[in-house]
Amino acid sequence: MNAATLTRLRGSDRLRRMVTPEGISLPLILASRGSRFGALLLDLTFIFLMMLATTLTLIWIAGGAANIAQEEATEGGAGSVVQFLLILWIAAMFLFRNAYFLYFELGPRGATPGKRLLGIRIAARDGGRLSAEMVLARNLLRDIELFLPLVFLANAGNGGDMGAAGIAATAWFLIFALFPCFNRDRMRAGDLIAGSWVVEAPKRKLETVMTAREASRPPSGYRFGEAELSVYGEYELQTLERILRENRPEALASVQDAICRKIGWNPGEGDERAFLEAYYTQLRARLEGNLRMGKRKADKFAGEG
Amino acid sequence: MTGGQQAIEAAALRSDRFRLEREGDWQKLEAIVSRMEAGRLRKLSDEDVLALPVLYRTVASSLSVARETSLDAATLAYLEALVQRAWFLVYGPRVSLGQWFRRFLGGEWSRAVRSIWLDVLIALGVMVAGVVVGWLLVAGDTEWYHALVPTGLADERVPGASREVLHGTLFGNQDQDAMSIFAAFLFSNNAQVSILAFALGFAFGVPTLLLLVHNMGMMGAMLWLYHGQGLTLDLVAWLSVHGTTEIFAILLAGAAGLHIGRSMAFPGRRSVMAAAAEAGQRASLVMAGVVLMMVIAAMLEAFPRQLIDNTPGRLVVGGFMLVFWLTYFFAFARDPQKGSRP
Repeated sequence: MNAATLTRLRGSDRLRRMVTPEGISLPLILASRGSRFGALLLDLTFIFLMMLATTLTLIWIAGGAANIAQEEATEGGAGSVVQFLLILWIAAMFLFRNAYFLYFELGPRGATPGKRLLGIRIAARDGGRLSAEMVLARNLLRDIELFLPLVFLANAGNGGDMGAAGIAATAWFLIFALFPCFNRDRMRAGDLIAGSWVVEAPKRKLETVMTAREASRPPSGYRFGEAELSVYGEYELQTLERILRENRPEALASVQDAICRKIGWNPGEGDERAFLEAYYTQLRARLEGNLRMGKRKADKFAGEG
Repeated sequence: MTGGQQAIEAAALRSDRFRLEREGDWQKLEAIVSRMEAGRLRKLSDEDVLALPVLYRTVASSLSVARETSLDAATLAYLEALVQRAWFLVYGPRVSLGQWFRRFLGGEWSRAVRSIWLDVLIALGVMVAGVVVGWLLVAGDTEWYHALVPTGLADERVPGASREVLHGTLFGNQDQDAMSIFAAFLFSNNAQVSILAFALGFAFGVPTLLLLVHNMGMMGAMLWLYHGQGLTLDLVAWLSVHGTTEIFAILLAGAAGLHIGRSMAFPGRRSVMAAAAEAGQRASLVMAGVVLMMVIAAMLEAFPRQLIDNTPGRLVVGGFMLVFWLTYFFAFARDPQKGSRP
């Protein structure tokens, strides 16, 4: 996510604000349903692969034990080894099914590997501490949301009898599966019970300082007066910042063109970047100066107040 | 004059000088946060761990100042993201699984159980009613037995079975093979059933109640069957070995489910969401304990129940477990962390 998407998301229905205990409000972007579904598919794939690997390993060990037992002709010993492996297998399947999500979501990233890959994580809905109980609660509900319908569908697929009860049960489980589509915060039933939600995990690099780079070069000589700077506000300043950071020649040229038309200058060609950097620096200096005085100008349509 | 100072002096704007003076702290915090997120906690020095909350507050205050003085969108976005990442760590679930488990056993679990006492009572009433209903139904019409108890073809426990056959199902199975596999399977199965009972509480508790009635109706039907041959006490003893633990666990799971359902149906002055979240967190503690009880129940079912082959012995084990659970949950009603949780 970069500054551009954040700008696009301002005012979107996925943006929430959270207030930390220090009283700082932070923007929080809810994870999209698509990325949550993708994360779930990834996690299920991982779980399936782990189950498969465990099963195959145990079968391999059991085979080895049976071979040894045949050579030594001690049948009882092999029997108890196989029995032990079977217990191990049942316990492992239970753990994979129930503890996988718990283990990872309690970790410092608050996300399963699938969520991590898609850049999302869980958080407490009230802005407080994410507690172990929340993680427990949201994952206990996963059973009726996910595993039960899967088992159910598998049974139906095996030529099971789908009577009226079957259809009713399918509808019941569909309600849970589609639950995130019917509420504003995209919570599934488990999130509702736990008081949690799934948000995008922010990660951003610190960009370079715009004005310092400009100042390290010889001054460009562009000087703008009060009248030329007062036409734009913060929104245009940030658009200009984005254009400068992206640094695409044709975009620079068209923006220079637009500014010059607005302020009535007649610029030369080939020096767009220096012109825009000078304009950016001076516009920002002016707006920030006003900001310290308590005057803000949101965009070119707003008056200064 | 160092290079850093030169850069600061070279910056044209006051807000950029502000940033250049502080970005060392920001990057230090980012490095610590990245390492913690990657799970490399052991590579983190003590100084870094101690520095985290301090740096978090420093950067948070940088963000507040920058919001009032700077119009550099990229820097603001960076700070917002960094503060949020650090906030997740500073206010994250900081207990390790082991610490949490110790606290859980040492009072949090029993406190959670006590706090849903009303739901436990309701669930208990429903379960008793389920047994009675099951009994009465089968007593009225034996066909109900097959509806209530899932009977396989080879199952001998059907209406009309002789006393010897029924007696044989209770006693003389101690040389059964592969009992530990049986135990593991039972645990996995029963734990899943109790999780279901809990999760269904989500629909205002109604399905939970139905599940409880159905399960207990099955027991009522079996009681009736063995009562007909004068084996009531033997059956109760046979069931009690693991049943006092397992049925207790099902009771708690049902109560936890009901608690959620009830809080959502009658949220009081809170919003439904807040009520559900509060109840869900409390109930999930109870549920973690239920899974634990299921492990114990499966152990009891597989070993002592098959190995102790007489009614008094079984009653002693079952009774002991019941007393143990009641004592654990209700006898030590002291609050080890007074005031930490409403």
